[in-house]
Amino acid sequence: MRSTGSYAHQRCVACAQNISNQKLVQGILDSIPSPEAACLSAEDISPSSNGPRDDDPDDLFAEATEEVSLDSPERQPILSDGPSPAITPVTPVMISPRVDVFDRSPDQDEDEEENRDTFDIQISVSDPEKVGDGMNAYMVYKVTTKTSLSIFSRDEVCVKRRFSDFLGLYSKLASKYMHMGYIVPPAPEKSIVGMTKVKVGKEDLSSVEFVEKRRSALERYLLRTVKHPALLKDPDVLQFLESSELPRAVSTQALSGAGILRMVNKAADAVNKMTIKMNESDAWFEEKQQQFENLDVQLRKLHASVESLVCHRKELSVNTASFAKSAAMLGNSEDHTALSRALSQLAEVEEKIDQLHQDQSYADFYLISELLGDYVRLITAVKGVFDQRMKAWAKWQDAQVMLQRKREAEAKLQYANKPDKLQQATDEIREWEGKVQQGERDFEQISKNIRREVGRFEKDRVKDFRVVIIKYLESLVHTQQQLIKYWEAFLPEAKAIA
Amino acid sequence: MMLLAVNVDLQTDATLQVDISDALSERDKVKFTVHTKSTLPNFKQNEFSVVRQHEEFIWLHDSFVENEEYAGYIIPPAPPRPDFDASREKLQKLGEGEGSMTKEEFTKMKQELEAEYLAIFKKTVAMHEVFLCRVAAHPVLRKDLNFHVFLEYNQDLSVRGKNKKERLEDFFKNVVKSADGVLVAGVKDVDDFFEHEKTFLLEYHNRVKEASAKSDRKIRSHKNAADDINRIASTLYTLGTQDSTDLCKFFLKVSELFEKTRKIEARVAADEDLKLADLLKYYLRESQAAKDLLYRRGRALVDYENANKALDKARAKNKDVLQAETTQQVCCQKFEKISESAKQELIDFKTRRVAAFRKNLVELAELELKHAKGNLQLLQSCLGVLKGDT
Repeated sequence: MRSTGSYAHQRCVACAQNISNQKLVQGILDSIPSPEAACLSAEDISPSSNGPRDDDPDDLFAEATEEVSLDSPERQPILSDGPSPAITPVTPVMISPRVDVFDRSPDQDEDEEENRDTFDIQISVSDPEKVGDGMNAYMVYKVTTKTSLSIFSRDEVCVKRRFSDFLGLYSKLASKYMHMGYIVPPAPEKSIVGMTKVKVGKEDLSSVEFVEKRRSALERYLLRTVKHPALLKDPDVLQFLESSELPRAVSTQALSGAGILRMVNKAADAVNKMTIKMNESDAWFEEKQQQFENLDVQLRKLHASVESLVCHRKELSVNTASFAKSAAMLGNSEDHTALSRALSQLAEVEEKIDQLHQDQSYADFYLISELLGDYVRLITAVKGVFDQRMKAWAKWQDAQVMLQRKREAEAKLQYANKPDKLQQATDEIREWEGKVQQGERDFEQISKNIRREVGRFEKDRVKDFRVVIIKYLESLVHTQQQLIKYWEAFLPEAKAIA
Repeated sequence: MMLLAVNVDLQTDATLQVDISDALSERDKVKFTVHTKSTLPNFKQNEFSVVRQHEEFIWLHDSFVENEEYAGYIIPPAPPRPDFDASREKLQKLGEGEGSMTKEEFTKMKQELEAEYLAIFKKTVAMHEVFLCRVAAHPVLRKDLNFHVFLEYNQDLSVRGKNKKERLEDFFKNVVKSADGVLVAGVKDVDDFFEHEKTFLLEYHNRVKEASAKSDRKIRSHKNAADDINRIASTLYTLGTQDSTDLCKFFLKVSELFEKTRKIEARVAADEDLKLADLLKYYLRESQAAKDLLYRRGRALVDYENANKALDKARAKNKDVLQAETTQQVCCQKFEKISESAKQELIDFKTRRVAAFRKNLVELAELELKHAKGNLQLLQSCLGVLKGDT
């Protein structure tokens, strides 16, 4: 019978050294990899050394609170000998995800006929390790980029990044691109509760799972970010992926993904409240907004149901294990030899099945639940972008109102006969005419950008869901095949009772 | 409806066949139609039916237990009281929450709960039927007069529920019994067979209890998971109808798949309940009945030994010797009679138990296989369609 200890061991394997999330999922499909190296050593790693790669999820409070120190541990680029190409479950398992390459600046006009060059870029986030000591320690992740793209300086780069670095990247990208109507993928959420558990130092199941969950989320975040053609070429992104040292993101609490989205939403609310209903001349936008609203509702609902399923399947696994033990005990006390043996066999079958349920609940979670969570957050970003357009429209309208006022003021001055003020008024009119034109241009531009972004987003969404759902169904197939195997082995034992 | 006893292996013969041919669930009681076919001369007709309620089954069971003549037999355990409370509560809650869900969801959940109600109903019928079949199959009990009255008398047996005083008496009787049980269990039996049986039954009973509780919990989790899949299927359906991209067909197909697999999962849980959980519950009750038999024998042994001592004393004092001799003889006969039949009963118990477990484990495995294969086929065919679309 398996003890709790080995449960932890099995899960540790997932977060251990060289096993990426992809392997975790693959492991579910193939079979759990044999328990390997010790997962969790409590070795402290001094900031200045590269340190051994032992996992130690003892992350600390620093992550959850404001970081004020600017010194970063020295990170040396290490040529990766590490994990095999890690493609998250989100993208196809093939090496090269197809992504559009736009070799034009974001402002250029080009909608449907894009050059679809295939290129490859693989990013993996791995090897979470604890850096530092005591209250100021934190988790650091290895980010490996393998690519043949020319914008990168090398074929393969490894850097070490901490969670706040990811948040910092997102905040920069959001502030640069969101107002232009770009859908910037949100970074994973902070989790004070989750991190605290990890930091308390207990190398138990939940903290191990938390670190793995976060690692996986960070990886998906990066992959989504570079899938965006404009973001891929952004210097901040390149710096994040390549440079060995990154200036510490200051005050990331306010700038967390959730923080930014909150800001955007607040702004949006303000916009909604203060403006007159926007005269939507373009039915496409109205329709799309409604669609995203509906999608949001349903995805959230689905997410909740899947989370419930994950929970119940875990419960089922635990209860099956418990039943297996009691069946074995019953078999022991049964005094009819053949029946006793059959009951022991039943206990073994049930034990194997409990492992199956556990693996399946993993698949439920990592494949479906996390995908849904990601998309719920992504759709918030999409809605944010629509709100930015409304803001742009409002600005344009305000400029028009202002222009009108200036014209009226000028007309009045004409009668009042104050030549110097008249000149000023005329100048202001010209100024505001310019602003109106700019406002209109901006509005048109953001509208065009959004159309393109939404098109791209939807294509990605279709691909993501298709791929993930198929993979999920394959995991279900595997479970059933195993069940058949186990029960087929048991049946003759049951029949042998005489 | 004919629900054959699934967890007991019984030889039925033409001289006496009993089954529950129909049942009606009313507000707070269930009415069972007990149908008898018999060639025995005791009955006025060859085939007849009466309507009985749960209390009347209990009355019959208790009359066996209280009958000294049957002290040497394993009395078939009484069927548990029909309990629809939980199911009824759920249906009520559903009715209250009707406003908060869509019509489709409500209809679906209502169907689920009704199916659950029906399943509980079928089970209680089966358990009452098993009890009657066990009695009918027993060479001695089948001749019992109360049993015949139960089967044939087509008026109400007027067996009212035990009043308070009687219930208290029962309570005390049970307390004394368990204290005695400890006492009796402590005395090592001269007879190896019974000594072994005692040790075996004490442990076995506890293990079955444990396994029964654990299997219930497991099956409940399974049902919960199936419910989740149900909800997921519904939401996927909505997504499918709303989505503006190619995903709409995708979602609809997957929703359809999950609807079907969910049904299979629910069947798996139900079959596990029937073949495993019910089996364990039944043998929990039967092993208790077997323990009760051992206890009665133990009591008879104590009485016999006491009578021996009394006889020796009487002989020593040369007083009331005849009376003491008579008492001693009666006790001796009683003890020997019980021992003889108890031995056979316990051997039969083992035979029945092994046969029932074999039957159920085989059927369980076959059903699990059937469902897994069904599930697999659905999944693979859906995957084929979905992959082909891309």
